[in-house]
Amino acid sequence: MAEYGILVDYEWCSGCHSCEVACQMEHGFEPDHFGIKIAELGPWQIAGKKWQHANIPLFSEQCDLCAARTTQGKLPTCVHHCQAACLSYGTLDALAAQLKEKPQQALVALR
Amino acid sequence: MTEKREYVLIEHEKPWTYEEDGLKVARGSAWTGPGCHIGCGVLLYTDENGRLVKVEGDPENPFNEGRLCIRCLALPEVTHSTKRLTYPMKRDKALRGKNQFERISWDEALDTIEAKLKEIAEQYGPESVLFMQGTGRDIAAWISRLAWSYGSPNYGFPLSGLACYLPRVSGMYSTTGSFWVCDCSQQFPDRYDNPEYQDPEVMILWGNNPLISNSDGFFGHWVVDLMRRGMKTIVCDPRMTWLGARAEIVLPVRPGTDAALALGMLNVIIGEDLYDHEFVELWCYGFDELAERAKEYPVDKVAEICWVDADRIRTAARLFANAERACVQWGVAVDMTREALPAGQAISALTQITGNIDRPGGMIIPPELIFYGGGFGADLLTPEQTNKRLGMNQYPLLKFGFATFQPDVALRAMETGDPYEIRGLWLQTTNTIACMGADPKRWLAAAKKADFIVCTDLFMTPTIMALADYVLPAATYPERDGLRIGDGPQRGETINKVVQVGECKSDMEINLELGRRLNPEAWPWQDVKEMFTSMIAETGYDFDGLRAVAPAYPRYIYRKHEKGLLRRDGSPGFNTATGRIELWATVYANAGLDPLPYFEEPEPGPGSTPELLDEYPLVLTTGARNWGMFHSEHRNIPRLRSLRPDPLIEVHPDAAEKFGLKDGDWVWVENQLDRAKRRVKLWPALLDARFCSTDHAWWFPEADPEKLYEVFDLNINNNVTWTPGKSGFGSNYKCMLVKLSKVEEGETHD
Ligand code: SF4
Ligand code: SF4
Ligand code: SF4
Repeated sequence: MAEYGILVDYEWCSGCHSCEVACQMEHGFEPDHFGIKIAELGPWQIAGKKWQHANIPLFSEQCDLCAARTTQGKLPTCVHHCQAACLSYGTLDALAAQLKEKPQQALVALR
Repeated sequence: MTEKREYVLIEHEKPWTYEEDGLKVARGSAWTGPGCHIGCGVLLYTDENGRLVKVEGDPENPFNEGRLCIRCLALPEVTHSTKRLTYPMKRDKALRGKNQFERISWDEALDTIEAKLKEIAEQYGPESVLFMQGTGRDIAAWISRLAWSYGSPNYGFPLSGLACYLPRVSGMYSTTGSFWVCDCSQQFPDRYDNPEYQDPEVMILWGNNPLISNSDGFFGHWVVDLMRRGMKTIVCDPRMTWLGARAEIVLPVRPGTDAALALGMLNVIIGEDLYDHEFVELWCYGFDELAERAKEYPVDKVAEICWVDADRIRTAARLFANAERACVQWGVAVDMTREALPAGQAISALTQITGNIDRPGGMIIPPELIFYGGGFGADLLTPEQTNKRLGMNQYPLLKFGFATFQPDVALRAMETGDPYEIRGLWLQTTNTIACMGADPKRWLAAAKKADFIVCTDLFMTPTIMALADYVLPAATYPERDGLRIGDGPQRGETINKVVQVGECKSDMEINLELGRRLNPEAWPWQDVKEMFTSMIAETGYDFDGLRAVAPAYPRYIYRKHEKGLLRRDGSPGFNTATGRIELWATVYANAGLDPLPYFEEPEPGPGSTPELLDEYPLVLTTGARNWGMFHSEHRNIPRLRSLRPDPLIEVHPDAAEKFGLKDGDWVWVENQLDRAKRRVKLWPALLDARFCSTDHAWWFPEADPEKLYEVFDLNINNNVTWTPGKSGFGSNYKCMLVKLSKVEEGETHD
């Protein structure tokens, strides 16, 4: 049973790739391997002045939720370095409570 | 928080350097080579072999609060790249352009350079050596002192019209006596929680995408912080960016017409009586004249010039003026129009007549630890040498406290020997023919005329390959000690050396060692640490003391003009001739320039040369940043290159169809001057099908060195001329008319 995860507030993910590179550097991944990867959703014009333009972080099988860091009381490195501060790490229960607080979020159970 | 002297400090859990799991950790500031100017707080991890193995954002540092962009995250792969220059080299002048460098010792390099520079000074005068830098890899202070202590007044950068940052900086100093930035609480160690701080209600993002560019001391994601806290934004950008999609209003301004847009907004704000009467009355000079000028820019006319819907301009002006607290975060697009000074003046006036001056959530004066703008050691020059600075006669504004030569005049001197021959070039941290030089083949031909050329950089570059007689290897920031001074609010911070790569030396070490040989009195310090300590003497810290407590924040006080804190005589007001913010600028009038803001069509352009539109129907803007690259850096770092393997031009699908192009096609981007290669990226988010946008400073480090890494195939500045604004500031780097055509198989530029 999963207990921990990451809550993504994708309304604010700027697509800066910091999470990707932080994860790669922490885990020694080559540039084509990712624990977390950003998918660009847009841009397209919905209607009038409104545009769809979002970035959605996705987690791969190589994500170990930064076990080596979290056991030392550190944050996962993607969460630590996220420039938009839109990633939160915690127990699924705590994050589920945050999930209800605003739309355009996604909760990922990871371990 | 505790206080020491007049600085506000943060509590640190650990000393500046400590052990963690067998690694050594050092806290410090990220400034620079590689990467940007802003100086994020970093933790540098080194292993027992003295290698940098990891960089993390320092969560204790209020500036970035632990966050980092990918350039600092990937730093170990830059510092330890096998492609670094790691020892001095020489090459016979006759072999310039050939990949035939020879390794030499530092002693030989410095001995020869010293002798040669002394010989030039004796024979031709020291003014015949130009000292040039690129963008701010902690260099301005040191290279300016090197030039001046040698006796040359000619320090500067090879960018037409000084068209990056300096037009804005000099414009603001000329008209207000200070420099101004958006208040994002960056001057407070407790940031958004500071009791005196209030968020801006509205921020205009003008001519930059700060999330990617992080320029001028501004950490771009503060904008996201503030938006999440409820701030509204107005985005002036020809593209629908991620920020634009979240903005209240987007103004897709035609590149090069920003001044007209600002004047149109002033027209609305003054015409509808939305300005701050009290502030204007008490603190501004020349409001009536500005109002008259703004009348010449009715919104309907401006809408036609800028290709922006008139009602949108009105709504934006009202939203901005009606906000209790508002600010403008602007960027280099303003400088990169030929008449950059009046453009900046008009944009600044928006914040000034609405009273958003030195108050919470408005525009603030970034506090300075030590004054940085004017170089380091101008007093070393005799008045006679100072008067030989290139461009001072043509452009009187350069006399008002600005220390650099005027680059367009310098180029002409290199080409023609007028007013004197240029014999030597000292190029430190500038990859001119790949990055800032306009018409780079013209600049290269002129540079080649010099008898003696020294280059200092981190990596081999097209510029070094084309020109250098001597090459000195410079250090990346984890390889050197330093002071984090620079633009934006200065925080007392240090850069801390944790590794040594090859025989590299830091830029300031190189300048100190050579400076000492050329003029020992001007460089009395044993080593760089002693030099730093003497520079920061007024702070009460020595280098080691500052390093232990850093960051040290100067105490910030709002509304300084009311309190008599801006003028030397201690009276209230601003540090200008009239003591007021000069909407009508005395300094410009004295320099023979129009004292009021105005708009002139960029040339060529749809407004000035409509006859060219049949042949060149697209308006191109250049210099769009991407996440992993800083100007011409990072093309040789595979992890960062993988995010942007090729130079791209964003083309609207309708325009692509017209030219018969599809996504991924290689094209020539061509104007009346020349052409450069790009790959097409179909991009529906261009807000007018006549716009296209591309990134800059491309070369292929993997290509043939003796073809100069294909820089002339790839450099978009092939299409830019050396044509400065009337004041000597500003140049059209970001607005030109182009056409696109498919590159034929195997076709190269020449
Ligand atoms: S939690 Fe750690 S392993 Fe998982 S994606 Fe984030 S950085 Fe990578
Ligand atoms: S670091 Fe944060 S903002 Fe940047 S791409 Fe990753 S999730 Fe998005
Ligand atoms: S913005 Fe990026 S490159 Fe600049 S200092 Fe911060 S992390 Fe480094």
